[in-house]
Amino acid sequence: MTLAVDLAYWQTTTLKVLVVLGVIPAAAIVLGYVFLLKMMSHMQSRLGPMEAGPHGTLQLVADGLKFIQKEDIFPDRSDRFVFGIAPIVVLMSTFLLYIVIPAGPRLVVEDLDTGVFFALAVSSLSVLGVLMAGWASANKYSLIGALRAAGQLIAYELPLVLAVVGVVMQAGTMSLQGIVRAQSEGEIFGVGFLGNPFILTQFVGFAVFLLAAQAELSQTPFDMPVAESELVAGFMTEYTGFRFLFFFMAEFGSAFALSAIGATLFLGGWHLPGVEGSLADLTGPLVLGAKVMVVAFFIFWFRFTYPRLREDQLQAVAWKYLIPVSLVNILATGVLKVLF
Amino acid sequence: MTATTERQKAAYVSGQAADGRINVELEAEGMTLNLGPQHPATHGTLRIVVRLDGEQVLWAEPVCGYMHRGYEKLCEVRTYPQVTTLVNRIDWLGHFANEVPFILAAEKLMEIEAPERAQWLRTIFFEMARIANVSLFLGDMGVQLGALTPVFYAFRDREYVLNLMEAVTGGRFHPNFDRIGGLKEDLPKGWVGEARAVMGRVRSFCDQMEDLLMGNEIFDRRCRGIGVIPASVALDYGLSGANLRASGVDWDLRRDEDHPLAWKHCDWKVWTHADGDSFARYWVRLQETREAAKIVMQLLDGLPSGPIQAKVPRIIKVPAGEAWAHTENPLGEMGYYVVSKGGLGPFRVKIRSASFNNVSIIPWVLRGVFVPDVITILASLYFILGDIDR
Repeated sequence: MTLAVDLAYWQTTTLKVLVVLGVIPAAAIVLGYVFLLKMMSHMQSRLGPMEAGPHGTLQLVADGLKFIQKEDIFPDRSDRFVFGIAPIVVLMSTFLLYIVIPAGPRLVVEDLDTGVFFALAVSSLSVLGVLMAGWASANKYSLIGALRAAGQLIAYELPLVLAVVGVVMQAGTMSLQGIVRAQSEGEIFGVGFLGNPFILTQFVGFAVFLLAAQAELSQTPFDMPVAESELVAGFMTEYTGFRFLFFFMAEFGSAFALSAIGATLFLGGWHLPGVEGSLADLTGPLVLGAKVMVVAFFIFWFRFTYPRLREDQLQAVAWKYLIPVSLVNILATGVLKVLF
Repeated sequence: MTATTERQKAAYVSGQAADGRINVELEAEGMTLNLGPQHPATHGTLRIVVRLDGEQVLWAEPVCGYMHRGYEKLCEVRTYPQVTTLVNRIDWLGHFANEVPFILAAEKLMEIEAPERAQWLRTIFFEMARIANVSLFLGDMGVQLGALTPVFYAFRDREYVLNLMEAVTGGRFHPNFDRIGGLKEDLPKGWVGEARAVMGRVRSFCDQMEDLLMGNEIFDRRCRGIGVIPASVALDYGLSGANLRASGVDWDLRRDEDHPLAWKHCDWKVWTHADGDSFARYWVRLQETREAAKIVMQLLDGLPSGPIQAKVPRIIKVPAGEAWAHTENPLGEMGYYVVSKGGLGPFRVKIRSASFNNVSIIPWVLRGVFVPDVITILASLYFILGDIDR
């Protein structure tokens, strides 16, 4: 059975753009509902929203509609142009992340040869928008938050990249599609029916990746840039209405995207053992979605459990622990790769 | 530059900033940041003007008075029984504890004493107010440090204590229950058993906080050695309560003052900590919550029977004179200096509330710390805005 439908280039491109446009709000709503509203509430022995829709499922839709109706306020002394486009820049970097994430053998917007590299590069674009927002708000809290975000990104971009290097070395390719294939076709100690998800060999890399992603997403314990008890809301303090909504969607959209990259790199991505060919195009998104939820669960679990680190402690975690550990991991991967 | 001139400059810039007339950034180094009056970390309307060099605090100056409600003046135009309604709202989390020292002062002037049972019940409610107050701090400290979850456990378990208060007094936050010469009413049926169960819950809540927050590596690192107040400085600034005991000063009015209340009948301990840092303040308050539960349990066991109200005239007139009574409230020493000229209401009331003195140390303790530590220190000093401004 093949699902062959021939589409012109412009048709496929339009379709892909529409899918990505739909996936980001959907991802934000799913993660926001499942983890931010419900998991957090239950961890805190309360119910969370229960009124909007069955079990409160439509709460975020209602919130979104509310945000759109709100007045779009520009602070008096803000740099209007920069203030206006900053949320768009942040959301843009989230959009770009989705380009390379494969959800099936053929379900990928663009299978770049340097997919991992591209994803990590565009994910750091968001800090540009954060800096713009912080600077243009003409608010001291925003500025402090934005500068903290910049410092944090520089510190945690490195362990994130270094954690991925181990996977890239093992797979021998930087294409995300190639990495999934390497995991589905691989075998470990001669056992190959489950493939070889790289978490089995790159567990150190996975741990470093999770921590660095946590910091990259500014989630507690690394949420210094938006630390609400000291900086009110950091760079988002002055934002209202749909511009705030953009930041919200970007936050959860990138959480989804980074979880998807983590799932692709370490958990085998869309690959389900035993499902081959075009059938994988159907199961792929579901399998990937399930794995994303597992990774995102860890991210949000940490978020609701830990207090936040101070700025200097946060830098110390990156430079003193994560980077050396991931460098050792790369070395070990290289040695083992040569040996086996 | 000498310390005096630096101090003067600080006061000058702070005054200018407070007036909002000029832009202080133009004439001094660093950046002036207004923490508050609307800021999540000040739980209310305290304003702290901080001058920052990067993220380091050069100096800080608290500006209070945004919530001044004029209770001392209001007391002058109320009768004695009406005053308890007002003073309930000073430290709104420690509701009942605010009433007790005023009533004690009035009783001193009238030279009457409440019956034994009333004193025991007063002590029970006093300690319950302490639990209701401090348990919220135990959770809130986590929120200030970014851990969102513990505060919900604190709210949940405080609720049981408030329910008990409501069952007796009819008021959750403002019981208005203490009367000159006794209490308004006796306990409802079955209350003692319920109270025992709730105290068990409070203890398990304390254990939970110890596991969740105090045992956390990040919490430990954020609090240890942050905002150290040596004992001598603490005494100089007039700190009281857990803030003082966390600096190693063994001083607790419940034990050191000869009160008519029933603490002297219980077996309990005043906890102190030698470190004087934010962690010590948290630790001392946690131990005090446990002690409070212990005190309540012992009082419930030995509760004497008898009347709850001494004989007082229907219209209370207090003889002329002056009296001072103070107790160890959840936030620290709270006292009332009552001057009577023999009328229906006090001629003058001076309220000594703990938080006002406790925040006076802010300029000293915030010097040279980082912005995140500012929040830790403010949270650990634990003040209630109503208790500062009155």
